[in-house]
Amino acid sequence: MNIQQSMTVRGKDRYKSGVMEYKRMGYWEPNYEPKDTDVIALFRVTPQDGVDPTEACAAVAGESSTATWTVVWTDRLTAAEKYRAKCYRVDPVPNSPGSYFAYIAYDLDLFEPGSISNLTASIIGNVFGFKPLKALRLEDMRLPVAYVKTFQGPATGIVVERERLDKFGRPLLGATVKPKLGLSGRNYGRVVYEALKGGLDFTKDDENINSQPFMHWRERFLYCMEAVNRAQAATGEIKGTYLNVTAATMEDMYERAEFAHELGSNIVMIDLVIGYTAIQSMAKWARRNNMILHLHRAGHSTYTRQRSHGVSFRVIAKWMRLAGVDHIHAGTVVGKLEGDPNTTRGYYDICREDFNPMQLEHGVFFDQNWASLNKLMPVASGGIHAGQMHQLLDLLGEDVVLQFGGGTIGHPRGIQAGATANRVALEAMILARNEGRDYVHEGPEILAKAAQTCTPLREALDVWKDVTFNYESTDAPDFVPTPSMAV
Amino acid sequence: MRVTQGCFSFLPDLTDEQIAAQVQYCLDKGWAVNIEFTDDPHPRNTYWDMWGLPMFDLRDAAGIMKELADCRRVYGDRYIRICGFDSGHGWESVRISFIVNRPREEPGFRLDRSEAAGRNLRYATHSYAADRPEGKRYADQ
Repeated sequence: MNIQQSMTVRGKDRYKSGVMEYKRMGYWEPNYEPKDTDVIALFRVTPQDGVDPTEACAAVAGESSTATWTVVWTDRLTAAEKYRAKCYRVDPVPNSPGSYFAYIAYDLDLFEPGSISNLTASIIGNVFGFKPLKALRLEDMRLPVAYVKTFQGPATGIVVERERLDKFGRPLLGATVKPKLGLSGRNYGRVVYEALKGGLDFTKDDENINSQPFMHWRERFLYCMEAVNRAQAATGEIKGTYLNVTAATMEDMYERAEFAHELGSNIVMIDLVIGYTAIQSMAKWARRNNMILHLHRAGHSTYTRQRSHGVSFRVIAKWMRLAGVDHIHAGTVVGKLEGDPNTTRGYYDICREDFNPMQLEHGVFFDQNWASLNKLMPVASGGIHAGQMHQLLDLLGEDVVLQFGGGTIGHPRGIQAGATANRVALEAMILARNEGRDYVHEGPEILAKAAQTCTPLREALDVWKDVTFNYESTDAPDFVPTPSMAV
Repeated sequence: MRVTQGCFSFLPDLTDEQIAAQVQYCLDKGWAVNIEFTDDPHPRNTYWDMWGLPMFDLRDAAGIMKELADCRRVYGDRYIRICGFDSGHGWESVRISFIVNRPREEPGFRLDRSEAAGRNLRYATHSYAADRPEGKRYADQ
């Protein structure tokens, strides 16, 4: 497909008033070699019936960079060729007739340094409503080192987070307080205390816990910090609770975050729905205030879940690593929420590695060098329990927060027992893995053995032994093993 | 109470055989293994005393187990932990840490509160053991 001629009109004909096809305006350059400093985006383009695929992909390049629907003479006042995004490759999507992968390169000068809002206003701006397309999805991006270096990155990072918490060598354990709505501050703090004392490292506010009639935020913060400190003294171990500071305005969020800081919390939390600028502001605040910053990805499924339209979560994960959060919910594979194993692996790698090689089977289309930007801790939450510990460790690795909400609070003998069950299951599995055992296959035996000296674990295994969520994933990568064969 | 710092505090105390297996895991990863001890297990007490330098060049767990036995002979009434340290780029920190020795009685911690304005509380975690001078904290044992 790449042995194609450029169709770009050159010279003064290029600027004759009127409408010209995007592919002739300079937005389709099949011979263009992307520069090391270019931002590259990979879109899945589904043109309307009858629209030429190359033209559709050129239009995506045009509409996400300099183009408007007609020729304008004012282009000639600029170095227009530099600023035009260039679609340089179009491949049919394997097993998906009518859709095309369009590779588009953007010159670095198109973007303000260190601003996700600026980047996204171009890349996922007007272009997503463009009429000649049925659907459009941003699948992946290659962010050049020169651009990565303009971002702060995660406020704390995995290594420093572990050092501050004094917790090494195992996944961290958390739980979301349930019921998510309705508890008073005093009752809420009770759940936090029980879970932390029982053996969890963290508890978490849910995404929609902000400041409601049943519990205003100050009540929650005060009771939660009593619980954290009590549990810390009871165990001799550092504990934390993600205090959600999401609010209507930045001023409110700063006020809540400052209060959390004043009370000695080591972590605060925000929701993805607050927007990219607010997230970056909070990341800077967190860095200044020695605070770990947890991000709950509330709302993402509205645009990440369908294969044909929206933005892949792997792109959101990349943006959030740049934006500077320390924790991000990235799927469990085995739990109740969407997550193809290979695709999820791709997200985890984006959060935790310093270099991501292209790996189509994980949905990773580009080599990505993170240039020592801090690493971000993925969080696995939603429908997981102690009986899956071997699978979770195998699929998700060690640098992850495993959050058992129902799997802690729903324990038949109470929250402390639930927390202890999870902690014992985890430590037993790490011990076995490090001893070189085939823990993935021997997982159930390892858990059963650990349960002999831990009744809460025995009970947890009995209650949840058969709970699984096996449904077809809606977002698995489309690839053929050798990419060039797809052409 | 039982201090639950470290990787395996919720399991029954590890046997020497189990400890050796974990040490071997660290060595196989190329990590330096370090033995540290303290009589103040406050959760913010980062710098436990080192039993010699981290063993950067050892490849066999037996050498570390011997050091551990020596350390226990001198400081058997205190907390002793083993840490695996990874000097690889991008980590350059502890990879695993677990307690391998405890005082027979663990007196634990008291939470001190002082009331401030606006219902705020200032918390301090107070280690009972640290009420006595260093070196005499677990003397009765």
